[in-house]
Amino acid sequence: MNADGIGRALKRMAREIQERARGGELAIVGIRRGGVHLAERLRQELSSSTGQQPLVGTLDIALYRDDLSERASAPVVGPTDIRFPVTGKTVVLVDDVIYTGRTVRAALDELVDFGRPRRVLLAVLVDRGGRELPIAPDVVGVRLEVPEREQVEVQLVEGGAAEDQVIVKPRGKA
Amino acid sequence: MIGRHKHLIGLEPLSREEIVALLQLAVSMKEVLRRPIKKVPTLRGKAVVNLFFEASTRTRTSFETAAKILSADALNWTSSTSSVTKGETLLDTARNIEAMHPDVLVIRHPASGAPQYVAERVGCAVANAGDGAHEHPSQGLLDLFTLAEHFTRVRGKAGVKDVVPDFATIAGKTVTFVGDISHSRVARSDLYGLTKLGARVRFCGPPTMMPLGVETLGATVHHQLREAVEGADAVVMLRIQHERIGDPLIPGTREYSKLWGLNEKKAAEWLTPTCAILHPGPINRGVELSPEVADGPRSVILEQVENGVAVRMAVLYLLAGGAPEQGTSATEGAARP
Repeated sequence: MNADGIGRALKRMAREIQERARGGELAIVGIRRGGVHLAERLRQELSSSTGQQPLVGTLDIALYRDDLSERASAPVVGPTDIRFPVTGKTVVLVDDVIYTGRTVRAALDELVDFGRPRRVLLAVLVDRGGRELPIAPDVVGVRLEVPEREQVEVQLVEGGAAEDQVIVKPRGKA
Repeated sequence: MIGRHKHLIGLEPLSREEIVALLQLAVSMKEVLRRPIKKVPTLRGKAVVNLFFEASTRTRTSFETAAKILSADALNWTSSTSSVTKGETLLDTARNIEAMHPDVLVIRHPASGAPQYVAERVGCAVANAGDGAHEHPSQGLLDLFTLAEHFTRVRGKAGVKDVVPDFATIAGKTVTFVGDISHSRVARSDLYGLTKLGARVRFCGPPTMMPLGVETLGATVHHQLREAVEGADAVVMLRIQHERIGDPLIPGTREYSKLWGLNEKKAAEWLTPTCAILHPGPINRGVELSPEVADGPRSVILEQVENGVAVRMAVLYLLAGGAPEQGTSATEGAARP
């Protein structure tokens, strides 16, 4: 998927989010690290189409992982930054790729420690299948069937890439 | 694992990079402290045992709080109420506690080297919570964190209270330690940490409380308070231990306070406007520090305590996280959803 495709997908996702979240106060929360830049882009789309400024935050799920005692060393913990009360809001969790669903499970657990949102939606740019938990995204950019031995990478200019693109490549070392 | 290290015995063996990575992690931990629900499930099922052979309020409570916020089980053991009073040795005590499968042993002991001795003989991770006159690494780390926060705030000006500390701000700064340097494990850990991060360290105190040859570790030695604190970016006042007063080291508290104590007048005349004052606690009010200074605008003493919890969360996370080296196989733990 190239830059054009990603741009179109995000526009459509923003429209769907707007329809589904109608009436409630909206907050966009990116899951570190892949979801952070996408959350910011969705915020821009939403504010240019509605004129409203949705709240934006960031979650780092490292402290909520379920595989801490299986990994050789403790994973790096980045900052979580939610500067608004989530209680009563419609919160859109944003990530670049959904695969097993374990990251989303962790993000939901972390989110409810900040309060009780009225509703939580999940928006992902790529759904690659392969779920290991009963979790499904509400808003999807593109669905790809990707075998286990391959991985999906979303590269964005904000993250230092030369251009926006989604690539599928053989799985690396870990 | 803290970088290459399975235990936290001191700041001397850590590299600059290992120290900065740990402090950076503490920034994320401090955010957790300020949440409405300050608890994360990270160390669920892990056990932290505090083995304290010496009195403590701050350090023990801080390690206990840190463990509980991370959902680890924290158990406190104090020598005065234990079988040590019946003559049980340090190693026997440690081995018996270890048989109860803790993941981290936090040890405070009056003898320098005790945590190292235990670390070499048990399977779990050991964190030194202060040993004799050797090191107090978690205090050193929280002092670095607090200093970086202060220096970042000064650089930003504009009265912003909450800043994300930039640990590069420590480089080039001057930090003065005043008091009983020779018995201070805090001064030692701070010296290693600060010099690794590029700061200049001044030691000041009565000649009877200054270790010989301390200049070789990178500090300058001063015997006049004024000369030591003038131009400093921060001053750390050390506690004068009551048990040393009246013995040949210093004649009495009044003379000590006059020569080495910091009061409002001296602070106003000698310190730069942005100089911060730290104290590892417990304070002898009116001896090394007057109440007006301890509670004044320069004081970051209570910030030190808050940052202490964040730093100890980072320490416990790194020591207890990751797969156990031997014993239970890695797949055993995989049964969790």
